[in-house]
Formats: sequence, structure tokens, C-alpha cells
Amino acid sequence: MTAAEVVARDAETRRGTEQRGRGRPPRRGVLRLVPLGPAVLLLGVFLAGPILWAFYGSLTNAALTGVAAKDPQWVGLENYTELLSDPDFLQSLWLTVIFVLVSAVLGQNLLGLAIALLMTKASKAVSAVVGVCVVAAWVLPEIVAGFVAYAFFNRDGTLNQLTALFGIDGTDWLFTVPMLAVILANIWRGTAFSMMVYQAALNDVPEEITEAAMIDGAGGSKRLWYITLPMIRHSIATNLMLITLQTLSVFTLIYVMTAGGPAGASTTLPLMAYEEAFRYSDVGYGTAIAVVMLLIGAVFSIIYIRALRERKG
Amino acid sequence: MLRDYRFKVSLMAVGVLALTGCSGGGGGGEGGTSQSSALRIVYQTTEANATMDEVMKKAKADFEAAHDGVTVNLESITGSDEDYATKLALSQRSPDTAPDVFYEDTFKIRSDVDAGYLLNLDQYLAGWDDWANFNEGAKEAGRADDGSIYAVPLGTDTRAIWYNKNVLQKAGVDVPWAPKDWNAILEAARAIKSSQPDVVPFNLYAGTGTGEGTVMQSFYQLLYGTGDTLYDDAEGKWVVGSQGFIDSLAFLQTLYQEELAVTPAEALDPNVWQMVFGQLFPEDKLGGTVEGSYSPSFWQEGGLVDWPEYGDVMGVAPFPTQNGQEPGAVSMSGGWTLAVGANTANPDLAFEFLTEVMNQENSLQYTVANSQIAVRTDVAKDPAYLDANPFVGDVSELVSVTNYRPATADYPQISTAVQEATEAVMMGKQTPAEAAAEFDAAVTDLVGAENTVQK
Repeated sequence: MTAAEVVARDAETRRGTEQRGRGRPPRRGVLRLVPLGPAVLLLGVFLAGPILWAFYGSLTNAALTGVAAKDPQWVGLENYTELLSDPDFLQSLWLTVIFVLVSAVLGQNLLGLAIALLMTKASKAVSAVVGVCVVAAWVLPEIVAGFVAYAFFNRDGTLNQLTALFGIDGTDWLFTVPMLAVILANIWRGTAFSMMVYQAALNDVPEEITEAAMIDGAGGSKRLWYITLPMIRHSIATNLMLITLQTLSVFTLIYVMTAGGPAGASTTLPLMAYEEAFRYSDVGYGTAIAVVMLLIGAVFSIIYIRALRERKG
Repeated sequence: MLRDYRFKVSLMAVGVLALTGCSGGGGGGEGGTSQSSALRIVYQTTEANATMDEVMKKAKADFEAAHDGVTVNLESITGSDEDYATKLALSQRSPDTAPDVFYEDTFKIRSDVDAGYLLNLDQYLAGWDDWANFNEGAKEAGRADDGSIYAVPLGTDTRAIWYNKNVLQKAGVDVPWAPKDWNAILEAARAIKSSQPDVVPFNLYAGTGTGEGTVMQSFYQLLYGTGDTLYDDAEGKWVVGSQGFIDSLAFLQTLYQEELAVTPAEALDPNVWQMVFGQLFPEDKLGGTVEGSYSPSFWQEGGLVDWPEYGDVMGVAPFPTQNGQEPGAVSMSGGWTLAVGANTANPDLAFEFLTEVMNQENSLQYTVANSQIAVRTDVAKDPAYLDANPFVGDVSELVSVTNYRPATADYPQISTAVQEATEAVMMGKQTPAEAAAEFDAAVTDLVGAENTVQK
């Protein structure tokens, strides 16, 4: 989904709410549901189906090889109780939360907003150049972005060559600070999305309101806090939700850069699920991790939707 | 109203799911017999070696010429051993996608037989004259717990010390070098370090980066030379609490603490072996390491690097036991096999294709190009095999002291636990005793206390 679509959808939702608010009585009837049919069918087959199947799989000891591959047994919640007592899982959960909060909620979101705000003030040429630079990382396929980031942070990579120019001995970034490296890489890759969402949202802020606030004597920071941010709050919530869910499921970028290492120091939940299912052939356990990720995503979504609703009221 | 509406939608979704579920189940059964004259063959090709691909293409041409109306579809998967194993296992989960004949790592056979992926070959082998030409020891590689043979070996390998004569001579170590015990290795390594500070004296892999390489080319060489083992074959239980395990970790600790091996960061790079073969040895920057009998294949034409002088510069020595105790040397073996899918529509045809790939001519080509140790006696006698590289004789002798991995279904996870223990010690996070204790806890957790034995 592009940023423009997000904002368009956002605006549409608002319009829809307003119309309903005016109290037009909704028409009832089964016929009204017919156009929904294809969408519901697709969602059912490609979304609900796999989710239910994954949940079922997580309650078995299904495996890629060994006796359990031939004849998977129903094990109930055993995979989940095992997860809770697995120190690797708890570490992985913690790393995932850090990764999402620092690289998406703080990094991509704030940096994207800052760039979008600065671009409204910048000259056309500057904003075009900045825009291209930021969007370039977003345009790259994830695997290519992963290799670029690997080449940058590698012990013989670009970063260490740059620091060497200034006589500073670089460290092996992917080895000593793997989480920092993947977080920076994800911020680099994902900021463009937030920037585009906020650019589109800021264009929607009517100039007359900002001007009115200026006449009332509101300074730059006050205008931002009391006028701009409240006016784009729907875009903020939508953006936060999308980048959170996207970052939660980042796999390729981390796998290419560190493969979860060293010693599991950058193994977020998607990497752990992959490792358990495909390296140790324990598909049931891996699927249980995937279901937990689904739940985390749902919790984040509910928080954002709630936050949005309360502000409306 | 809203709740009612949601209910209706979810009801529809459930209905749709039920419908697609039913039709999916109905469609699966057909299609099995329609392609009865086509065989699907899956095998691995790596960047460093494309011999399997050449052998398979030749076998396909010969087989199709001899059998009218039979099509052989070759599917080459390029990737690491682990990626290949995953992809193969995924395709085997459904009879519709399972291959008829495939390339299988010896250490996966037992767990894949348990999974029901492999066809029992006993009745087919009985009617195959060439089977008598296979080395008795090598035949065991394809035997599962029930006593039947499920796979036919293509070749095997052993592991030994590979050393650079130039580096050793500069350090005042006599060549040919044959260390009598672990201490002799450390002494030579320290001599190299003091005479040539920019050279890596003696490397042994450690950590999870190199995967099976860490255990096969490093840790098991040490462990099986202490008199202890990983698995008690007689009792069918995993060994915990052995002194040999701690001693082996301590040896690795010494190598990495005294900086006799590569740096921990380099050791954790999965591609460190390419550095060892491609740069360090050819540039006289490495004293020695433990590697497989297939090492020359990386230096021969078409390998990782072109290094025609390797025959003169490199030497090979058996890896010694801890204190030089009997049998004096130790080695580990693995190797690859061909197997037939349990659900193949054409078992007779599939086995016939397997024998085509395994004939003397093809076996010879595979064995020589991969620097494997021959498993067919008629290949072992062939001059082309004996002259393949200067080290064939040395590494073949190690078959008498070699060990095999306990390749049960639990093995991959236990192997990872071993790799993690070596990693913790290499990085100085744990002492050998602490890492060994954590390994014991991990094994007990994986297989249950009733399947472990205290040594």
C-alpha cells in the first residue's frame, strides 16, 4: 500500500464517519452484503484459512523429519508451555519488542515526520534531492537492502573504511553490536514510508488554520503541538499501525545481515520461528512462535485503534 | 445491528472455508498414475562443485536412450547443505511433490526413514549384481534402525590435519609432520606464532556459524580422541557429564585464548572455510587445520581457487588422540547417498535410474571430481582414482579409525547444542566446565533424562 492510498483511505474513513454521524438510516437486507462477497471470500481463503491452520499446527508436534513427520500427534498447549520456559524465546521476545519500538515507533516514525516537516519549509530542489535519497532505500527489494546494509556494516565494509579515513579503528559492527546494526538498517530502509505518509497528511492541513494560529501568536513548536499533530493524528495512528506490523515481521533484512547471530544476539521472533521450524525441523514449535507473533501484532493494533477512538470522543 | 452484521460475515467466511476445504481434499487423490513414465530427480549443486550435475545429465541421457517413453526430470538445487535438506524435506511432506530419486546426506537417513520418506531397498538390491562391489563398511551408511538398507552410498570421506609445509618449516617444525598428541599440536602452533606473528598457527572451527563443520572438523575430532563419545551405541543413550567433553572444550579455549586460531568474529562467519581454503593456505598464512579428505577438490582446476602447487605445499597427517593413546589417530566420516522416495509411482524404474547413476563409470567420475573416498572396490582400484590427488592413499587409510555421527532424529538439535557450547567457550562467555554443564542440561531437556547416561 502506498502512502497516498493510506491517506486517501484515512480521509475516506473520516468522511464515512461524518455521513453516518448525520443519522441517515442504514438500509438493511442481505442484498447489501453481496458486493462484499468476493473480498470476504479472498480474506477467508488467504488470511483466515492459513491463520486457523497455523493455530491448529501449533497444537501438534508436526516435524519435517523423524517419526513426528509421518504421524503428527496432538499435543495440546505443550508447545506454548515450553515456549514460556524457554530462555531463548524470552530473549527473542525482548529483542523483538526493542526492535519494533526503537526502529519503527521511534526511528522510522519520528525521522519520517521530521523529514516531512522540514521538507514543507525546504526549497523544491532540496526536498527533491532528500526525497530521492530517502525513497531509494525503500525502492530496493528487501534482500538487496539487506546486502547493502551487510556491505556497509561488515568488518571490511564501507563504514569501517570511512572511519579509517579519519584514523579511527572501526569495530566489527555485526559482531559486537548486532542489534544496533539491524535497527539502524531498518530505520534506513523504512523511513521513506513514514515520510511519504506524513508528507501527504501535511498537505491536507489547511493553511488558514495555521495562519490563524500564527496571528494568535502561537510559535513554531506550539503550532506543531496544538495544530499540526492533532490534525494529522489519524495518519499518525495508521502509520504507526502499519510500520509496527511490518517491522514485527522483518526477516530477510536481519537474516542477510547477521542470520540472528552471534549466539542469538539478534534473533527476533521471525528468525527464531524459522530456525525452529526449518533448521531443527520442529514445525509445531515454530508455528507456535508464529501464532505468538500474530497475537503481539493484534495487541499493538488494538492499542492504536483504541488510542484513535478515545481521542475522537 | 453491527454485531448482527459481523456475525453474518463470519458465518459466510466459515462457510467458504468449509467449502474450499472439502474440494481441496477431494482433488488430492488423483493425478498419481498419469505421469507414470516420468521420474523426478532432486540433487544439490554447490558453487564449488557441479560434478553431481554433470553425472546426472549424463545418466539422464543414457537412461532415456535405453528406455522408450521415459522422461527424467532433473531438479538441481543450488545452496548450502542445510538449505538443501530443508527444501528436500518440505517437498517430501506431500506425495505429490516428493521426488522419485534424490541425493541424501548420510546423517539424515535415520530420521528420514522414521519420517517414512525413504523406500526400503532390500528387495531391489538383492537383484543388483553391482551391489557386491560395494565396500561392506560403506554399505552400513544406508542402514536404518530396522536393519534394512534405504540408501546407496556415492562416496565417503574422512577428516585429517591439513598443514602448510612452508609455514611449518619456517617455524622449525620438521615435515612430514605427525603430531603424537594434542600437546604436540599446541607446541607447533606456539612455535609458528612466535616465528610468524601474521600467520594463523592452527585453526579449529568453533561456534554456530560453521554449523556441522564445527563438530565434524573440530569438536568430534577432539571428543572421539579422548575415549569418550557423544552417544552410547550399545545402550542407545546420549552421554552427559563426560570429562572428555570438558577436555575438548578446554583445548578449543586454549587455541582461541592464545590467539592460535582465527578471531572469534571470523570463526562465526559461515564462509570462514572459503577464507581457509581460498586465501590462508595458498598465501602461506595458515599453519594447519582439520578438514575433510575432499579438501583437494577446492584447489584443483574448477574448484574454489586454482592452486596447482597444493600437492607440494600441503601435507596431511592423522589427527592424534588426546595423549597418544590407542588407536593413535581419530577421524570422522560422512558422505552422500542416493535414495528412492517411499511414495514413488514407479519404484522399479526409479531404482533402475539409481543404478544407472551408480555404475562404475559415473561413480568414478563423482568420486574423483569430489575428492571422495571410493565406496566401490572397482573404483578404488582404478588408476584414475588412485592418481586423482597426492593424498588419496593417506586419507583412505583413516577409514580404519573413523567414527560416524549418531544420526537420530534428535541429532540436529544436539549438534547445535554442541556448537553453542564451543561458541560460549570461544567467546570467553563460559568456562569449559560451565559450557559442558549447560550442554548436559540441553540434551536432557531435548531427549529426556531416561535417554541419557552419565559417564
